[in-house]
Amino acid sequence: MSLSAHLPALQVVLPLIAAPLTVLLRRGQLPYLLALTASWLALAISLQLWVQVDQGGTISYAIGKWPPPWGIEYRVDRLTAFVLVLVSGMAALALPYSRDSIAHEILHEQHYLFYTMFVLCLTGLLGITITGDAFNVFVFLEISSLSTYVLIALGKHRRSLLAAYQYLILGTIGATFIVIGIGLLYLMTGTLNIADMGRRLADVQGTRPVLAALAFLTVGISLKLALFPLHQWLPNAYAYAPSVVAAFLAATATKVAVYVLLRFYFSVFGATQIFTELPMQEMMLLLALSGMFVASAIAIFQSDLKRLFAYSSVAQIGYIILGLSLGSATGLTATIVHLFNHGVTKGAIFLLLGLVTLSVGGTSLARVHGLGKRSPLLSLGLVICGLSLIGVPGTAGFISKWYLLLAALQTGHWWLVALIVMSSLLAVVYVWRFVEVSYFREPRKDLADPNPLPLGMVIPSALLVIATVYFGLDTSFTIGSAQQAAELLLEGVR
Amino acid sequence: MSLSAPTSLILACLLVPVLGSILISLAGRRPNLREGITLATALLLLLGTILLLPSILAGARPSLALWSLLPGLEIAFQVEPLGMLFALIASSLWVVNSIYSIGYMRANREENQTRFYVCFALALAATMGIAFSANLLTLFIFYEMLTLVTYPLVTHHGTQAARDGGRTYVGILLGTSIVFFTPALILIWLVAGTTDFVPGGILHGQLGHAGMAGLLALIVFGLAKAALMPVHRWLPAAMVAPTPVSALLHAVAVVKAGVFSVLKVVVYIFGANNLAEAGLAGAADWLVVLAGFSIVAASVVALFADNLKRRLAYSTISQLSYVTMSAAILAPLSLIGAALHIAAHAVAKITLFFAAGAIYTAAHKTEVSQLDGIGRRMPWTMVAFSIGAISMIGLPPAVGFISKWYMLSGAMAAEHWLVVAVIALSTLLNAGYFLPIVYRAFFLPPRADEADHPHGEAPVLMVVALCLTASATLLLFLFPDLPLALARQAIIF
Repeated sequence: MSLSAHLPALQVVLPLIAAPLTVLLRRGQLPYLLALTASWLALAISLQLWVQVDQGGTISYAIGKWPPPWGIEYRVDRLTAFVLVLVSGMAALALPYSRDSIAHEILHEQHYLFYTMFVLCLTGLLGITITGDAFNVFVFLEISSLSTYVLIALGKHRRSLLAAYQYLILGTIGATFIVIGIGLLYLMTGTLNIADMGRRLADVQGTRPVLAALAFLTVGISLKLALFPLHQWLPNAYAYAPSVVAAFLAATATKVAVYVLLRFYFSVFGATQIFTELPMQEMMLLLALSGMFVASAIAIFQSDLKRLFAYSSVAQIGYIILGLSLGSATGLTATIVHLFNHGVTKGAIFLLLGLVTLSVGGTSLARVHGLGKRSPLLSLGLVICGLSLIGVPGTAGFISKWYLLLAALQTGHWWLVALIVMSSLLAVVYVWRFVEVSYFREPRKDLADPNPLPLGMVIPSALLVIATVYFGLDTSFTIGSAQQAAELLLEGVR
Repeated sequence: MSLSAPTSLILACLLVPVLGSILISLAGRRPNLREGITLATALLLLLGTILLLPSILAGARPSLALWSLLPGLEIAFQVEPLGMLFALIASSLWVVNSIYSIGYMRANREENQTRFYVCFALALAATMGIAFSANLLTLFIFYEMLTLVTYPLVTHHGTQAARDGGRTYVGILLGTSIVFFTPALILIWLVAGTTDFVPGGILHGQLGHAGMAGLLALIVFGLAKAALMPVHRWLPAAMVAPTPVSALLHAVAVVKAGVFSVLKVVVYIFGANNLAEAGLAGAADWLVVLAGFSIVAASVVALFADNLKRRLAYSTISQLSYVTMSAAILAPLSLIGAALHIAAHAVAKITLFFAAGAIYTAAHKTEVSQLDGIGRRMPWTMVAFSIGAISMIGLPPAVGFISKWYMLSGAMAAEHWLVVAVIALSTLLNAGYFLPIVYRAFFLPPRADEADHPHGEAPVLMVVALCLTASATLLLFLFPDLPLALARQAIIF
């Protein structure tokens, strides 16, 4: 077998090996270079996998040549490949950014630990995405979660520890629920392979353990993806984690959790009648809508940009879940494309906020007074990303909103169209709070003259801002992938 | 992509202002060079639109498709007569406005002038995009871009008042386009399978009577730049901007982008004949009534406004509703009148705003009640103002007479007697709020306390600019052939 046949395994194994090596090579620049290499290789592999899937269809890879459903299967379909590109792409941009960023935010002797944990987290997220085995999902979920707790706790703020602890408690509850759900499914189907599970579940549907499994999985995964009202851990985690960690988590962690939800809902439960018999869609719709409105309203009253955009994330997750709850191909396309577009936009925002911290010493609205005068391009970047959150045409957010509205119209939900556009108005309000503070206030007098910002941080941020606009103008990659992924998911339902 | 001459001209018209804005920002530290680049850019753009004109008049419809934004939805441009007319108006008045801006911004020692000229050029790029859009989606992208790049212009002074005005401006323009226009756009795409502007329209009765009326409502309220009541509040709020901004953007580019878009939707998406044939002509009746109300109500507000710019702003709201109302009548003559009125109102209203800015610069006066006897000190300015006022009222020898003639003929032909009454009443109101200003300026003696405030005309660049537009107001009355030909081509094909 040639090397390209082993790409699914390498996707996870390379960063997994790189992580302990960074501990061994703890001195100097070596951990950084190793982590960087691992993340760039991961990106190259996931792009290659995307091309392979695009040309040859779904890839099934048997670990250790044990054929599924007995062995562990790595399964790369269109959705998998799309999410892999998002996760590894974000890591590949975040790592070059991290070197200058953590120099200001993390104690020097802990730097190698940061790289170890970052690469572990990447391993976990890639593993969750690529594996076709339900228990494996849980294992990688724990790898990514544990490393995330450490990454958050590395923040220099005193509250970082508290935020990490808060996330640890809630994250552990979520993971426990997930493993209980998987256990119940294993009990009823006798298999852990996701595709196999989906086939066998049809025979035992409607039994109480299966319903309990659905409930445990829904709550557990919703905790991880911060679906309102299970979002309590998220604002503190984003606000007090080191900037680069916040950016990476905002762009990928919740998105991978959405991916897990899609997997279980469509690939496992898809063939059963549960969704037509239970009011699951209505429930998700209600939670999504509440998230969109409540979290946006809370975002408006935040006095710190990181918290403001964190609450905005909770609201945007509402949009993602809303598309899913409509149950149509267009709605699912909206979910998948927004998962990507929002990842890019929020990644850009939190990378920019790292630069803001460096420039004015914090991200509270009081500190960013006059940012438009002090660092015009930095401020412009935040405005552009803000426009994407609103959904202004020419930005990635517009594409997502287009599909969401299209789905609502196609399913005849006129009132839903009205609610979606109304909630966008709340986004206008919280984005404009930044605009007014940045452009209508004088810069603070107690700040030193602006130093040139480190290029290692500026370039990745700029690339993501450009991507936010690019994916609003050229949608062949995003919409192309999302549409096909949505159709593939729905095949399981039919 | 083969670039035949007109196609590359389209691209040039879109790119010239963008490149100009980049050069302007690079030349920020050298005011003379910066203003030179602004003028050169404006002239180049005008040249580009003029070069496009002959082929349009000859019946060609050059088009340029860039790429697909979404499957089946392209970012594409096509020059048709209405767009040509709008582009010509905007680009020619930008040249005059640049001359005026240089005088105004220097005389009033405004800050952040580089940002001002950069945003102005970008606003013109967006305007060209709107004028040349081949489909509603492309139009929407540039429509939103126009809102965003004019925001720094509206809030130019950076004061509390500017911030509040900017809030209303963005809140209403962005808000309505998100809440009303986006769903309308998607609905059209869903129903018709396209958003292209096609002569005769793309909706062929799929929606029924109530559906059409509802869609039309989403469109006209979504295009709040047309300032139909009750989504007009942004226009007076935007008057906190420096006067050149009010002049070009809030008398020409921004507001005309609104009514132009309404007209384009009625002509190329709904299709006036189409509606009549499907028996749906009544779907626009409510709009005739609302626009008629808007005309009268805004005129009444203007009548009682003492602040000169506020009076002009409400006059604009009223005049824009003429266009919306005539478009909603759907009769060919009134549609031609609507297109003509876009041009007629543009040249006349920009003259009035220029005059208001000149008065502010030379005499530091902003209220109508302060203008006693000012015509003796600023004769050129006030004569130009009077010409603009005559055009607003719709009297010969100003171009406003011609557009009003067509709109009235259309209303009579369609036997819309309500409309005839509205136009008559509004003409009286227009006279009621413009003639007193002319009377004060020329026939009342200056106030006693002003003897020790000697001032003459505003800086020469400003006076030249307002004389140019005043002459255009008269010349278009004498030679209305070009706008008329373009309007005819678009409506009667």
